[in-house]
Amino acid sequence: MTDADPVRLYRTVRLIRRFEERAVELVHAGQIVGGIHPYLGQEGIAAGVCAALGADDVLAGTHRGHGHVLARGADPARMLAELCGRVTGLNAGRGGSMHAADLSIGVLGANAIVGASGAIITGAVWAHRRRGRDTVGVSFFGDGAVNEGMLLEAFNLAALWRVPVLFVCENNGYATTMPVAGAVAGSIAGRAAAFDLPAVQVDGQDPETVRVAAAAAVDRMRAGGGPELIEARTYRFDAHHTFEHAVRLDYRPPDEVTRGRARDPVRIQGERLSDTDRAAVDAEVEATLDAAVRFALASPEPDPADALTYLYASGLTARTGGG
Amino acid sequence: MPRLSYRRALTRALADELARDEAVFLLGEDVQVGASLVTTGLAKRFGTERVRDTPLSEQAFTSFATGAALAGLRPVVEFQIPSLLFLVFEQIVNHAHKFPLMTGGQCSVPVTYLVPGSGSRTGWAGQHSDHPYSLFAHVGVVTVVPATPADAYGLLVTAIRHDDPVVVFAPAGAMDLRDDVDDLTPVPLGRGRIHRFGDDVTVVAIGHLVHDALAVAEELADQVSVEVFDPRTLYPFDIDGLTESVTRTGRIVVLDDANRSCGMAAEIIASVVERVRLLAPPRRVTRPDGAVLPFAPALDRAVQPGRDQLATAIHLTMKDTS
Repeated sequence: MTDADPVRLYRTVRLIRRFEERAVELVHAGQIVGGIHPYLGQEGIAAGVCAALGADDVLAGTHRGHGHVLARGADPARMLAELCGRVTGLNAGRGGSMHAADLSIGVLGANAIVGASGAIITGAVWAHRRRGRDTVGVSFFGDGAVNEGMLLEAFNLAALWRVPVLFVCENNGYATTMPVAGAVAGSIAGRAAAFDLPAVQVDGQDPETVRVAAAAAVDRMRAGGGPELIEARTYRFDAHHTFEHAVRLDYRPPDEVTRGRARDPVRIQGERLSDTDRAAVDAEVEATLDAAVRFALASPEPDPADALTYLYASGLTARTGGG
Repeated sequence: MPRLSYRRALTRALADELARDEAVFLLGEDVQVGASLVTTGLAKRFGTERVRDTPLSEQAFTSFATGAALAGLRPVVEFQIPSLLFLVFEQIVNHAHKFPLMTGGQCSVPVTYLVPGSGSRTGWAGQHSDHPYSLFAHVGVVTVVPATPADAYGLLVTAIRHDDPVVVFAPAGAMDLRDDVDDLTPVPLGRGRIHRFGDDVTVVAIGHLVHDALAVAEELADQVSVEVFDPRTLYPFDIDGLTESVTRTGRIVVLDDANRSCGMAAEIIASVVERVRLLAPPRRVTRPDGAVLPFAPALDRAVQPGRDQLATAIHLTMKDTS
């Protein structure tokens, strides 16, 4: 089930990289309102983990969620349209950057509440398994989430009920501006040990390393093992959120940023390809994103009269606010 | 005619839905032994896979239910204590309720949150005695407060079959009520019930207070003709039914066992006066602003809206008539 093709892994990291760069441009051009949390630098984690998943598997991500959704195979054009608030977006313009979801491919949503994905994915996987499916799940979260009670409760539930959830901590060193050292007593892997979750630390900047670790965990879970945790050490190349581009928060030493950016998952995976293969993927990704930008910007904005369409799945309608 | 208690009506509804639909399962603390006395016998009948005891992890199991619902099941989550809803407000409001809109209609989250013993249970003090239904109505989560055994059955069944999250508040003050029940059927959301017809004033009473309102109406019968309106669901609210009632009586008093400021009573009155020109200023009988229920029984009772206060409010409304 695992997709070990280095070209495909490269295509995924390259796609996420260029998607994010194009999205940042669209933020600065005013086409994406509200800004985004760029995944730049962390692409190897989503790409490596999702390469280890099968068609029936489910995942939930974070407010820094574009990479997870794209790595799972969502249409970049519809995703970009969502970021631009267009009616053709994955969420019909109702979710935006922080809530991008594609239930049709098992992406239960980026989630803007830190630590929220763990329990939701645990329930979803448990439900699929109760119906006789072979589903495993992935909960992506950042280092900031390991201090959220809801996530630790989810570790306990998943371990106790042996629900095969791969908890993937993307440790990029900062929860917004709070460094890990100032936030996490003990260690992230130590959190897992407390619940008897097998845990490994991996180099999140190497997509292949992440893929191998995730594939091994998924194989064990699929064979009947319980949940596991991967702590992927990574570095975010850009701001926590694009608003930083304007306010210029000063919290990361410049030499640290330089060192962090030197470990580039796109370059690391790209070096495993021939120049010809790499150039072909780069051209293909560029063409895909050119088309995605055109599609997004040409798509209509939702009708304000439909602002609360989808509020209730049951068809209940809300009273209007005016008059 | 079979007699059924309110508590057993809830049990019957859970059993019927567990039997009817494999997708339904029950989740909560001590539900296998039935510490709330509502889930008694269900684990034995349906198995511990479908009647699941959880660790004390309210936030996780509430979101676990959201995930299970996203994957096609219909969880019923029981909370033994109403104040736990403050703890999981985030999971219900920020996740379960918001998912359909935020995903652009890609999913539904059909979870029922059942709160048996909501409101004051004498001697349970500050952190076990709230009645936080207004909070859920405010954010637009379907909010149900049945007053009778038949409605408890019918509304819980409807909640479980409903495609959006529903909070079902079963007031502690109603749990031991018994009633003659001919026919147990689903009760639609958003439709109130007039328990007693009257001409002079409409008393809107919520949950167990319906029975207090009926008692007061009976006491005052030779002086005032009181209509007793039970909304049954607070969100959606049967504003059409209530408007029709108040248009006839011209007066309204609301009896609500929750805090005064920003409560359901305020919302009900505002919604009515937007539509009806009243004969007298509306009145509400509630807990005090910001109330925390004190422990000592006399203090606890002093904070809850009582029959005397309702009778006074009705008299004042009649006197205030312009």
